[in-house]
Amino acid sequence: MAGRALARAASPVPSTATGDARIPVLKTYKLFVGGAFPRTESGRSYLVSAADGLPLANACRASRKDLREAVRAARGASAGWAARTAMNRGQILYRVAELMEGRADQFTAEVAAAEGLAVHAARATVGRAIDRWVWYAGWADKIAQVLGSANPVAAPYFVFTVPEPTGVVGIVAPETSSLLGLVSRLAPVLVGGSSVVVLASGSRPLPAITLAEVLATSDVPGGVVNILTGHREELVPVLAAHVDVDGLDGWGIPDDLRTAAEISAADSVKRVARRPAGASDARFDWLDDRATERPEWIAAFLEMKTVWHPIGV
Amino acid sequence: MSNDRALAPSAGRAPASWGLGDGQAIPWEYAAAPESRDVVRLRERYGLFINGRDVDSWDGGSFVSVDPSTEEPLAEIAKATPQDVDRAVRAARRAQRRSWGDLPGRERAKYLFRIARILQERSREFAVLESMDSGKPIRESRDVDVPLAAAHFWYYAGWADKLEYAFPGRVARPLGVAAQVIPWNFPLLMLSWKIAPALAAGNTVVLKPASTTPLTALLFAEVCRQADLPPGVVNIVPGPGAIGMAMVSHPDVAKVAFTGSTEIGKLIQKAVAGSGKALTLELGGKAANIVFDDAALDQAVEGIVNGIYFNQGEVCCAGSRLLVQESVADDLIGRLKDRLATLRVGDPLDKNTDVGAINSRAQLEKITELVASGVAEGAELYQPACDLPDRGFFIRPTLFTNVAQSHRIAKEEIFGPVLSVLTFRTPAEAIEKANNTAYGLSAGIWTEKASKVFAMVQAMKAGVIWANTFNRFDPTAPFGGYKESGFGREGGMHGLHAYVRLEDR
Repeated sequence: MAGRALARAASPVPSTATGDARIPVLKTYKLFVGGAFPRTESGRSYLVSAADGLPLANACRASRKDLREAVRAARGASAGWAARTAMNRGQILYRVAELMEGRADQFTAEVAAAEGLAVHAARATVGRAIDRWVWYAGWADKIAQVLGSANPVAAPYFVFTVPEPTGVVGIVAPETSSLLGLVSRLAPVLVGGSSVVVLASGSRPLPAITLAEVLATSDVPGGVVNILTGHREELVPVLAAHVDVDGLDGWGIPDDLRTAAEISAADSVKRVARRPAGASDARFDWLDDRATERPEWIAAFLEMKTVWHPIGV
Repeated sequence: MSNDRALAPSAGRAPASWGLGDGQAIPWEYAAAPESRDVVRLRERYGLFINGRDVDSWDGGSFVSVDPSTEEPLAEIAKATPQDVDRAVRAARRAQRRSWGDLPGRERAKYLFRIARILQERSREFAVLESMDSGKPIRESRDVDVPLAAAHFWYYAGWADKLEYAFPGRVARPLGVAAQVIPWNFPLLMLSWKIAPALAAGNTVVLKPASTTPLTALLFAEVCRQADLPPGVVNIVPGPGAIGMAMVSHPDVAKVAFTGSTEIGKLIQKAVAGSGKALTLELGGKAANIVFDDAALDQAVEGIVNGIYFNQGEVCCAGSRLLVQESVADDLIGRLKDRLATLRVGDPLDKNTDVGAINSRAQLEKITELVASGVAEGAELYQPACDLPDRGFFIRPTLFTNVAQSHRIAKEEIFGPVLSVLTFRTPAEAIEKANNTAYGLSAGIWTEKASKVFAMVQAMKAGVIWANTFNRFDPTAPFGGYKESGFGREGGMHGLHAYVRLEDR
């Protein structure tokens, strides 16, 4: 790579086209942990290339220690996030959509570069990602009414069942769909009230870090979302085995790591969500609202709590 | 201790203790009230139930189920082999594809209603057999296990033709063959929790009862025949744990449901890892039963007793850790000891028996070992001075005070009539201690203050919370755990979810 300059990942407009001689400021892509943007403690990075092979930027290659720090941050933020009122959580996630809208051009450029999409296709993808936040945000104060129940037991007790967040969920984001796929898996877990540690797409990690910048400036409390970039073969086993992770979304786990990850997950009886049978990461249609806007994806990381109380005077 | 003191409240106020709980026997006697065993006609030998028929095991092997209250053998039972598992799974798969899966929901419902009715009709037979095989008191098998088992079939029967209302916007499809492995503490009830929702949703099942309690499952096979259930829809393969692993690992099984220990649950989760099989686990527990100083203490005592001595404490959701607010601890423990002194331990078939036999020698040894660890680690043991039968697997109801959170009896699931008492000062401390466990199945809260009930309900990391009651169950009420107590729910609409694949409408 010697002598080959990093392309600008963040601008839809090449600087030379503007005709001025200004040298652009390149962005350093870092991790997102506990609401801050640290570099990896390991000091490692890896070169991220665009779909056309041009170098885009260096991304942090997170270490096991970074992952443990991210889990610690998620656990720390977990109780507070779970305790937010449903309406408040909904508004916070809606605000993520608001902020993404304002940065739509930046996301479009990054997604186009990362995924090799034409600008109009990238713009459609970004628009759908924004809409997906809106769709899931709206569930915040409805999911309990759809999934909860009043239970007519055959005895004088008042008995009801309510969903509660699972806690800390590890999300192995889709590898191919760097932004829309990530948002489609992240939003349902967040709206359910869990906090998360995300392993961003390994080969296309940059839009996830830009999403982190949106999350950092929205009202999502620090630590509720933590995003790591790096090598999956290095990080997935650690995430799957971490005993303070309550659930694992294994959508993006490469096939050769999947069984081992699920075996590790069993050591702490993690709830595991998977890609539907037959679905491929590379060919999944994230633009399909029917396939991706699913209350089941929220329910995957909810726990049902049943409460009994006697009726009497 | 004289009766004078026991019967004379001091200073016009009920004393903290009536004086019974000082280790002496209760000063009155009960007449025996045995339930007749005649209603049960035991066969000398039971086969496996595969494809609607009573068949021998592939290698002709068998094992014996004993009555844990007498240690006498009850019957010889064919011991399933992996070849039998394969036969059973193939029968279930054929039935799912050829008859059951395509049967309209309203017709499936009628079979389930039939089963519910037959269970009700033969309830006494089931209750007596359950108590003989498991050691649980007839009062419980008669009033809890069997009626609830029938109620589960009744409840899920009604869902079989209404699945579209359980999952709005989705079409619920059966998963296929369900492999179900159940424990020995509620043999018939766990069977019904597993089979009823599976069948309602259009699945067929291969079920393995525990090796110490196979008899009511095999009597249930007779019920299936009486109901004219199509062959292969329900298959029952008694055998050791290895047979359970063969079932869950079978490639033609689409769904695995397990109730049992967390240790085995983890092995099962590993066995199905990467297979894409649907899995629900209902595992162990170490429930906190929390009594505040503003609780109705006498009611709390009943709830504590029901929480830990019901079914000899062989209950995954048993209230095995009593957390009592320090200011009422002495009072409550005094009342509790009094109450323990009145518990009747003995013949499971006696209608007065409160605490029956421990299910097996192995389980009794495990309990005894943990009780010894409690003493060795410095907790203070209390057992009432009741007589135990000469034969059989019995242990006195046991209570430990001065228990620290680090003691094994405060951390490990004992699965026996052993209560560990800890104290707390503030609600925050109660929450901290209650949640300080890898388990999260159930919890109890005792206070007369409603807002405190709900604050505690929200704070407890547990799937079932009983407030001012304990150990209540109903087919309409979802049951299952948080954390290492498992995932998925049994009961209610949520219980159906474990047995369906949702497709877009």
